[in-house]
Amino acid sequence: MTKFEYAPAPESSAIVDIKSSYGLFVDGTFVDPVDGTSFKSVNPATEEVLADVAEAGAADVNRAVAAARTAYENTWSTMSGRDRGKYLFRIARLIQERSRELAVLESIDNGKPIRESRDVDVPLVASFFFYYAGWADKLQYAGAGPAPRPYGVAAQVIPWNFPLLMLSWKIAPALAAGNTVVLKPAETTPLTALLFAEICQQADLPPGVVNIITGAGDTGRMLVEHDDVDKVAFTGSTDVGKAIARSVAGTSKKATLELGGKAANVVFEDAALDQAVEGVVNGIFFNQGHVCCAGSRLLVQESVYDEVLDRLKRRVGTLRLGDPLDKNTDVGAINSAEQLARIRELSDVGETEGAERWSPACELPDRGYWFPPTLFTGVSQAHRIAREEIFGPVLSVLTFRTPAEAVEKANNTPYGLSAGVWTEKGSRILWMSQQLRAGVVWANTFNKFDPASPFGGYKESGYGREGGRHGLLSYLNTEEK
Amino acid sequence: MSERLAVKKTYKLAIGGKFPRSESGRSYQVADSAGEFLANAAWASRKDARDAVAAARKAFPGWSGATAYNRGQVLYRVAEVMEGRRAQFVDEVARGEGLARQRAEKAVDEAIDRWVWYAGWADKIAHVVGSSNSVAGPYFDFSVPEPTGVVAVLAPQRSSLLGLVSVLAPAVVSGNTVVLAASYERPLPAITLSEVLATSDVPGGVVNVLTGRVGDTAPALASHMDVNAIDLAGAAGDTEHAHELELAAAENLKRVVRAPGAEPDWTAEPGLERITAHLETKTVWHPVGI
Amino acid sequence: MAPRLGKVTVLSALDDAHLADVTTSEASLRRFLHGLPGVDEVGAEARAAGLSTRSIKTTAKQFAIDLAISMIDLTTLEGQDTPGKVRALCAKALRPDPTDRDVPRVAAVCVYPDLVGVAAEALAGSGVKVASVATGFPSGRTSLAVKEADTREAVAAGADEVDMVIDRGAFLAGHYRQVFDEIATVKQAAGAAHLKVILETGELATYDNVRRASWLAMLAGADFVKTSTGKVSPAATLPVTLVMLEAVRDFRDASGRQVGVKPAGGIRTSKDAIKYLVVVNETAGEDWLDPDWFRIGASSLLNDLLMQRQKLATGRYAGPDYFTLD
Repeated sequence: MTKFEYAPAPESSAIVDIKSSYGLFVDGTFVDPVDGTSFKSVNPATEEVLADVAEAGAADVNRAVAAARTAYENTWSTMSGRDRGKYLFRIARLIQERSRELAVLESIDNGKPIRESRDVDVPLVASFFFYYAGWADKLQYAGAGPAPRPYGVAAQVIPWNFPLLMLSWKIAPALAAGNTVVLKPAETTPLTALLFAEICQQADLPPGVVNIITGAGDTGRMLVEHDDVDKVAFTGSTDVGKAIARSVAGTSKKATLELGGKAANVVFEDAALDQAVEGVVNGIFFNQGHVCCAGSRLLVQESVYDEVLDRLKRRVGTLRLGDPLDKNTDVGAINSAEQLARIRELSDVGETEGAERWSPACELPDRGYWFPPTLFTGVSQAHRIAREEIFGPVLSVLTFRTPAEAVEKANNTPYGLSAGVWTEKGSRILWMSQQLRAGVVWANTFNKFDPASPFGGYKESGYGREGGRHGLLSYLNTEEK
Repeated sequence: MSERLAVKKTYKLAIGGKFPRSESGRSYQVADSAGEFLANAAWASRKDARDAVAAARKAFPGWSGATAYNRGQVLYRVAEVMEGRRAQFVDEVARGEGLARQRAEKAVDEAIDRWVWYAGWADKIAHVVGSSNSVAGPYFDFSVPEPTGVVAVLAPQRSSLLGLVSVLAPAVVSGNTVVLAASYERPLPAITLSEVLATSDVPGGVVNVLTGRVGDTAPALASHMDVNAIDLAGAAGDTEHAHELELAAAENLKRVVRAPGAEPDWTAEPGLERITAHLETKTVWHPVGI
Repeated sequence: MAPRLGKVTVLSALDDAHLADVTTSEASLRRFLHGLPGVDEVGAEARAAGLSTRSIKTTAKQFAIDLAISMIDLTTLEGQDTPGKVRALCAKALRPDPTDRDVPRVAAVCVYPDLVGVAAEALAGSGVKVASVATGFPSGRTSLAVKEADTREAVAAGADEVDMVIDRGAFLAGHYRQVFDEIATVKQAAGAAHLKVILETGELATYDNVRRASWLAMLAGADFVKTSTGKVSPAATLPVTLVMLEAVRDFRDASGRQVGVKPAGGIRTSKDAIKYLVVVNETAGEDWLDPDWFRIGASSLLNDLLMQRQKLATGRYAGPDYFTLD
């Protein structure tokens, strides 16, 4: 029994109204799928079924793409940028007004702590719409020529780790640029996207501009491969990203891919250690490590290895794991049984390969999908846990002796999404940020996101950028007519 | 007195600053537009392609790490040295492309001027595509363009010099290193250009030139896991081949510049698209505090 | 999840021998203080802000409110202070809420040296300590001899605790040895009285300085490090307190000696006080969740804690008219 036991502080779920079943959002209304099949969305913290969700088949994908095409031709591409922007501003405001509801639903469907959905995800979602709203009537200043054009219909497939946030990264720039969209949320986290559909209705967004179809991988594949799609945007695994790259090969479709990562978080001996430890913890345990840019490889300079590790363990020991809706929870539930199995498997491999496993004393709830914050020490670049994306709360700790060795190890991966560097020496920060082959370098910070800041990877972490002017360009056709 | 016996030029590959023959020992006959024999050119193999990629990778840190000002000067130097060999280029372009002398001269002049145009971009492209990002917090946040790495370039089949320069210069100006598959039927300007590059302060390995069947080298380059991007300009009009190459390129998510339906008019203003196609955007965050 | 603390080798370079070595000269002291890990301002403030979103409800809130009351150094440090004012404050310290005997007493009453006698008499035998500011409070701009005398007088008059100020001018000028010597001298002058060393963090300007000054004070023998005099803005802040808690935590790991922390000034609401307790709990750990190791220098905070306490007990929001003003 600890001295200062925080009493349960659950956020009320009364604010959300989860329906027993959901249809597809096509052409401005909710419709049943043509062949009537559905799947269940589950609360990963309790394994309780939340709702039946429609599974879109080929006919539904056709219908959604056709609605997007019609809306593109008849409404959205002919509307003034100013008015498109006003719709996006409206959406941003509605998200702010309904923020509590969105945050609670996100935590229920995804398993992430309410502290994060409330303080990180939902505010960022609103800010992405607000940011891109302002671009809608300024496209000629975006650096894509004097009269940039949208592509047309964008097929967007997003993952389960940041359901609403990824939706905003996809929909906001696409709409600002004048495209219409068909978006498919992940099958384990469809509910906030469907609530967003309601927000589109509240905003009186013209029908067909945003279509949301639910389903699993097959639905996503049919959407991406649909002939009448002009632009594909995908966030998810590198394997699926490669399949998408193959599927758009030989077509005129443009693709933006935000894929996996195995980021190195490099801590030098002169780092501000307490903040570095915070950054390392945030880097891997934020959102249960379900983050493509997670700092899953900690590279510590050998001269401070013991000290960093001690501080890190002490800090990890204070993380509070449990009910995602408890306002004091730091680490929530793993999103699905499937993902939990993968985390377990790779962690077991880590042990088998000889790395030393450590977790704080930590009681896991009986029901639901849970994995304790875990560190592996004695890890080398040859270990699978240092190479493969675990996508869970598992940190591999490696060491280095010189800056050059740190760079070599950090870059020794087919991925190149993000990297972290911790040092109080200015010139070293800049040198490191030049050397690291990654699309985002967080120096003396980690896992920061902003609508004005371009995000995306090198190498097998994908291509194209989201956020900022660069993210807008991903939705503007710069080729001459 | 008998006429002097000419010394005939041997056209070889350019890999890592050296001019080897194909490791396969094979060559093929290059004819002019009228079908007359011009030269034997090396018939590069898949292994030559592999060696060229290794050479390009080795040259990447140095070239990408050079200052933009330095790269600009080197590119301008290429133009200077080309100017000195203008006559040779005109001859090769005229015979290879079957152009009247005046048109060949114009193409060569355009090609030289294109190096000058791109040379100027070396230290300006970051102004245009980089950004300072106003994030909502106490952070300094900026985005800079960086070269993507090793770029495979399939040079245009028809425009053997101007087209070639139009796809090569935008790749190297930002710090990428290149493996270039020259036009199969019109490879001579590419080989001569490789000699120009070697005498223009372009470090060895920055531009590696392969001649021979694109059908041999291109699949090796497109599927090579240490190539970061590929420009399919040379597959223009060959939809099926381009599709296959794009499929192969997906294996490591290469950045792909797709093949156009037909070879474009290379005299048109190039724009920035080919530079940006081979650039990554790197965003750096740092807290602002005391 | 309960923290599981192993043996932590923080500042591994700092073994016992080294700890004595660092204070031998100005140069060694400087080397040591400048060798401490830096503090990133944005990161430290983000951590403090993150901890301040903890939601402390029901039983946890009851616990925290009573703990906070028991940690208060109930303070009056005004030019217009009189024996009457001090006596009234002491009465409040002893019986914070006359209608509820379950309310704990505060930790101490903190006054100027000339009023120590009054407080000592009023609090005699109660267990509530008498704390006195000293050493030319609040600016500290007097000679060392005056500072020593100031301290001796306060202790002689009955002070259990001495809250001294450091010479911020000397610290900022890099005269660490001078600051060290002053603290050590005052510590000696204070004798058995506990020494709280006020860093006046608002004048130190950076968290790096706060961390260095904390270590300097601890090396010189401080029993407590205290943020502020209350006369300089900003006074106590959550991130400053966080940095000082990290310092005492690391110091105990390195030396085995535990030092207390006292934020003072600007903490007026129960909500604020609870945030500080959360930061204590999750930074230095529960060993510091005790009036012996954590104090809050405040005056108006007490009534707000009492009002919140009553709200928790009755379910009604309280009004200020129902609590004594002294």
